[in-house]
Amino acid sequence: MDKKKRVLHRRTGVQAVWTFLSNCYAVGFVEGKIYTGPLKKICFPGLNCYSCPGAVGSCPIGSLQAVMGSWKFHASLYVGGFLMVVGAVLGRFVCGWLCPFGLVQDLCHKVPFLKKIKHFPGDRVLRYLKYGILAVFVLLMPLFVVDMVGQGSPAFCQYICPAGTLSGGIPLVLGNAGLRGAIGFLFQWKMAILAATLLAAVIVYRPFCKYLCPLGAVYALFNRASLYRLRVDTDKCIHCGACSKACKMGVDPVKAPGSPECIRCGDCAKACPKDAIQIGFTASKGCTAQQKRP
Amino acid sequence: MIKRKEAALPLLLVLLGIACMLAGVYRGELKILFAKAVNICLECIGIG
Repeated sequence: MDKKKRVLHRRTGVQAVWTFLSNCYAVGFVEGKIYTGPLKKICFPGLNCYSCPGAVGSCPIGSLQAVMGSWKFHASLYVGGFLMVVGAVLGRFVCGWLCPFGLVQDLCHKVPFLKKIKHFPGDRVLRYLKYGILAVFVLLMPLFVVDMVGQGSPAFCQYICPAGTLSGGIPLVLGNAGLRGAIGFLFQWKMAILAATLLAAVIVYRPFCKYLCPLGAVYALFNRASLYRLRVDTDKCIHCGACSKACKMGVDPVKAPGSPECIRCGDCAKACPKDAIQIGFTASKGCTAQQKRP
Repeated sequence: MIKRKEAALPLLLVLLGIACMLAGVYRGELKILFAKAVNICLECIGIG
């Protein structure tokens, strides 16, 4: 097995183990209920709906909206602080290695298709959409679109999040007759978003992470400064372009090692014929994290 | 190893983040988060 395949298998393994650990409450799937133990007070770093029957922790985006939308608080120091810690330590490593919905998209992209699309017109502009979704649906709507008692609803979860539909909506509706009877237009809308996302993920690599995910947008803000980072050794680099060709997120690691789009998957490091790219908490002498190509 | 200068900003953010988390716990945010997380979120699953 070549080294690229080895790292892909290792990453898929880590994603699978983390997805299992985040959703290991098997009783929930059998009974159509959710876990109600004390671990639910803890946020898990990936996009993992806390209404998934197996979820043992909380989704940071759902938690942020829940606290911000409450009548008592209009900002969440707890979730904000959590995102700051995870972002400063790991950055978008979370997207590449720890997010359950990232794993789902990775598996979808393994499905054979006539032509996989890597670049298309508008791709660069669309990448900014996730910041807009973060600002409007996660921060502003729960704060300002409120009911009579001053409580806002989690707008991103309600109208967009396909991870919640997949891991929470579908298993709960299948296992709970009461919820099945309550299905309406909103559920159909969210099923349509989920279907479109999964179909798009077959053709384009991780479309939800690239264009829509507000959690990825938060971690992207920390990617340039995070302790876990990507470095290029300029003395070793021969500018062959193998790394940018290997990157499915459309990043050129030599030009922008701290790119907000880099999910630290490691494909570039494995593609490098000179071992000039290092990813991790440490790096050899001579490497710089943010250097520009001359 | 990461240069001390490069590590300063993320370490500062980590400390700030931990301080924010503790402040959030102190002012009772966990109660609201927990109440939401242990009940099926109808909005999240596309019903509410």
